[in-house]
Amino acid sequence: MLNLSLKQLSQNLNDKTFSSLELTEFFLSRIKKYNKQLNAFITIDESSSLSMAKMADDKISKGEHKPLTGIPIAQKDIFCAEGWRTTCGSKMLENFIAPYNATVIQNFNDIDAVNLGKTNMDEFAMGSSNETSYFGSVKNPWNLDCVPGGSSGGSASAVAARLAPAATGTDTGGSIRQPASLCGFTGLKPTYGLVSRYGMIAFASSLDQAGPMAPSAEDCAMLLNSMASHDHKDSTSIDHKKEDYTTNLNHPIQGLKIGIPKEFFGDGLNASVQKIIEEALDKYKKLGAELVDISLPNSDLAIPVYYVIAPAEASSNLSRYDGVRYGYRTKEYDDLMDMYFKTRQEGFGEEVKRRILIGTYVLSAGYYDAYYLKAQKIRRLISNDFKQAFKKCDVIMGPSAPSVAFGSGEKKEDPLAMYLQDIYTISTNLAGLPAMSIPAGLSNNLPVGLQLIGNYFEEGRLLNIAHQFQLSSDWHLKIPEGIS
Amino acid sequence: MTISQDDIKKIAYLARIKISQDESILLEKKLTGIMNLIDEMQKIDTDSIEPMSHALDVNQPLRKDEVSESDIRKKTMPLAPEAEDYLFMVPQVIE
Amino acid sequence: MDWDIVIGIETHVQLKTKTKQFSGASTSFGNEPNSQGCLVSLAYPGVLPVLNQEAVNCAIKFGLSIDAIINRKSIFARKNYFYPDLPKGYQISQFELPIVGEGKLSILIDNHTKDVRILRAHLEEDAGKSSHGLSHGKSGIDLNRAGTPLLEIVTEPDMSSAEEAVAYAKKLHDLVQWIGICDGNMQEGNFRCDVNVSVKKKGSDVLGTRREIKNLNSFKYIKQAIDYEVNWQIETIEDGGLIEQSTILFNPDTGETKAMRSKEEANDYRYFPDPDLLPLIVTEEDMLIIKDSLPELPSEMQSRFVKDLGLSMYDATEITSNKDVADYFIGMINKGASAKLSVNWIVVNLFSRLNDGEMSILDSPVTFEKLAELILKIEDQTISNNAAKKVFEVLWKNPEESVEELIEKMGLKQISDSSEVEGLVDQILDSNANMIDEFKSGKEKAFNALVGQVMKASKGKANPSQVNEILKKKLSN
Repeated sequence: MLNLSLKQLSQNLNDKTFSSLELTEFFLSRIKKYNKQLNAFITIDESSSLSMAKMADDKISKGEHKPLTGIPIAQKDIFCAEGWRTTCGSKMLENFIAPYNATVIQNFNDIDAVNLGKTNMDEFAMGSSNETSYFGSVKNPWNLDCVPGGSSGGSASAVAARLAPAATGTDTGGSIRQPASLCGFTGLKPTYGLVSRYGMIAFASSLDQAGPMAPSAEDCAMLLNSMASHDHKDSTSIDHKKEDYTTNLNHPIQGLKIGIPKEFFGDGLNASVQKIIEEALDKYKKLGAELVDISLPNSDLAIPVYYVIAPAEASSNLSRYDGVRYGYRTKEYDDLMDMYFKTRQEGFGEEVKRRILIGTYVLSAGYYDAYYLKAQKIRRLISNDFKQAFKKCDVIMGPSAPSVAFGSGEKKEDPLAMYLQDIYTISTNLAGLPAMSIPAGLSNNLPVGLQLIGNYFEEGRLLNIAHQFQLSSDWHLKIPEGIS
Repeated sequence: MTISQDDIKKIAYLARIKISQDESILLEKKLTGIMNLIDEMQKIDTDSIEPMSHALDVNQPLRKDEVSESDIRKKTMPLAPEAEDYLFMVPQVIE
Repeated sequence: MDWDIVIGIETHVQLKTKTKQFSGASTSFGNEPNSQGCLVSLAYPGVLPVLNQEAVNCAIKFGLSIDAIINRKSIFARKNYFYPDLPKGYQISQFELPIVGEGKLSILIDNHTKDVRILRAHLEEDAGKSSHGLSHGKSGIDLNRAGTPLLEIVTEPDMSSAEEAVAYAKKLHDLVQWIGICDGNMQEGNFRCDVNVSVKKKGSDVLGTRREIKNLNSFKYIKQAIDYEVNWQIETIEDGGLIEQSTILFNPDTGETKAMRSKEEANDYRYFPDPDLLPLIVTEEDMLIIKDSLPELPSEMQSRFVKDLGLSMYDATEITSNKDVADYFIGMINKGASAKLSVNWIVVNLFSRLNDGEMSILDSPVTFEKLAELILKIEDQTISNNAAKKVFEVLWKNPEESVEELIEKMGLKQISDSSEVEGLVDQILDSNANMIDEFKSGKEKAFNALVGQVMKASKGKANPSQVNEILKKKLSN
């Protein structure tokens, strides 16, 4: 069960080689065994998971089997799941039992996939190392002294250690791709609006996008088939025709034009990471692709722009946590104002508070034009850069992250160094483009991810391009030693 | 842009976050660092550029005016930190 | 010293929709606390707003009815502030690009019309309610009203007296009901005005500092609050004081205005476009459909009444002050009653009775059919105007009575048989030779006295104009 792809698991379930109950128990036992070290899960609810598995087995026995029926999936704790504690990695929601399902969760429930548990994450998805979680930091299974990346670090750690065959993540500035890169598996951030944001606790609404995290591109294609849906509950959800992302995986990529942005290979990139990325690109050439030099001239402004837009939206999105209707409320207070101040002081962690303050500042009177409006304008320039680039190529490739996983605590006190982790991923969130990270090699026994950026709604193409690479490499199948 | 103690006081008030004297001093340096990073933006001219709020150029969908929600107090009231007679209780609001 | 008063009004009109601005929760009034608190109303983590089509249609209807620009693209923005009745910590409103742009509304003041310019009208959502001082220094929050669709209508500072402000508010109140976008219920807070008041020296170009009186929900309060506020501002300035820009509340019990306590620091609302909502686009086609659905507007009806029915502009305006009145009037003229008499009877007799009982015309015990029948009896000279008033009073109390039978029963039928009238005239002339002499010596009064005598003799049933005519003829012989 450990090394089977989602397609193989699905086949075995349908053939009744094993049941969903057995499969779920298998992964629950792995979680029991390894979660203490990894801290990948915040909430495990065995009885709920097992009853979902039984229901799936019931469906399978009735012949109502769908591709992900009975497959246990770890859910990032940012998705509200009815009856499940949903914390978003924050003390603010420590005891929040969601009374409803996010659309992503509902979509999985509708095909009787099993919720395997809620995975750890940076608080409100703000972080690149999973060290801002109120529920403790997550460890990278490749090296327990290293971070798994963030903010979907729990999902990343769980998938890398095969505590789950697949997981969900969300990506606001790289939170699927960077941890996928640091933990050595495949992660996809879809086009903004392809997956509903309803029930996904908001960080930065105009950038947040949910996506699949799993060993292979083929797994991700199966997951995306269920995750993508046009949702009337989310005004920004796109009415895009339903696609089967698994259909075109085997298309040849002969003649594929790969754009190589020179800005992604500059000073900040670790030399051994660069070497592995170049080897991966060589491999694509061997598969028949052509490399084209391109430029994304405003790339260097992506981080500044992001650190205006994301905190601004977050400062407003997080105003609802006021201790009135749900969530944490401070124990002692003199009056209403005191209640607000202390509730939010105690309920939020340092990084979240920093970003709320920055966001409040850039929106405040006298600064709006110089910061928020300016950032929105540069956002357009960054988006236009991609439009230009895609005139010259079919896909853009480069590193997912500037380095391999770094040591726990290494950048914790230095927000600026931490922010640079997302230097190659942020611009696609600003533009709303789909992008992936796929395992491309190991450096000092730590994974390196190759990033693939596609044009709008070209998830199918990206998955195809990634799958072709994975047909002739096995980096995505590697499991860290000491875990299996 | 340097963030001053006064700035921190003002934005912390707007954001309703209590910040101790010690925290405020640490924050000054970190926030100033972030603002310096952000100020990289000022190096380019954006006068003629239209701001971009959304990734895709799509329009607001509309919902039919039909009641779809029911009374869910059984689910929501137990989650309230303090409630009485179906009201969420807070310290006295002064106008 | 003389002062000019400058008044602008922002009105929050609650739109007549079944559901909230951004969720499918009911907007009905008077239910148990928080029973309409859906997840969106309660601002649960992860929920998102979806815009109510009907609220958008209402806004467009309003824009069309005041000849305003309808912005083909409008944007929703977040207005950020903390308050326990504001669950998200921000209100979704429109800021830079509202759905309705510049338009105008004309009011009738001292028998002439004045245009009040509308600056804009934008869609937003209402807050919940806090009930204060419940138990031990606590407030209770009810979010049933949170998210209810509002249209905020903002004027230019074009009004220069409390009377004009009230005339505008009434006109707007009538209009929003006329076009069916608001039920107009002011007690339930469905039509509330924030009134900006400032004063400046007569003829001066320099505007004074304004103070905003919040949440006035009756025309009487608007008048009282402005009167008090204007006096206060003038006295303050004349005493050498300065007016500070502030938000104030009107206390109906004392009739005074007072600055709000809690605004120790100026608000910084940090408006920015709501990333959860996309640009709202109104197409030409949407506009045409909505235009077709609009009833004939009061201004259109007024011109029609002046042109086709020969009413004065004043009468036409009075009779179209609200849709129900206009419908009542149209009902009457369709029954054949004269337009002019119908207007007089509605505006004078019916309105005074309705006002006494604080009733709407819809509650009038005298139906438009009955009133039309009564007026037809005046027109065909069956009864006099005075007799008709008597019938009306009885009808008011006994609406089931028939007009025909009442006239008969009350013996009010006019004597219109000319020989009968001639007989009466002769009888009076015979016994009043002295008055004839007086008349012939040039005393006009004597004529009126003679008419009076004849009317008295007829017990009021003679047709006065007939009496006049016959008397004149006889005396000239």
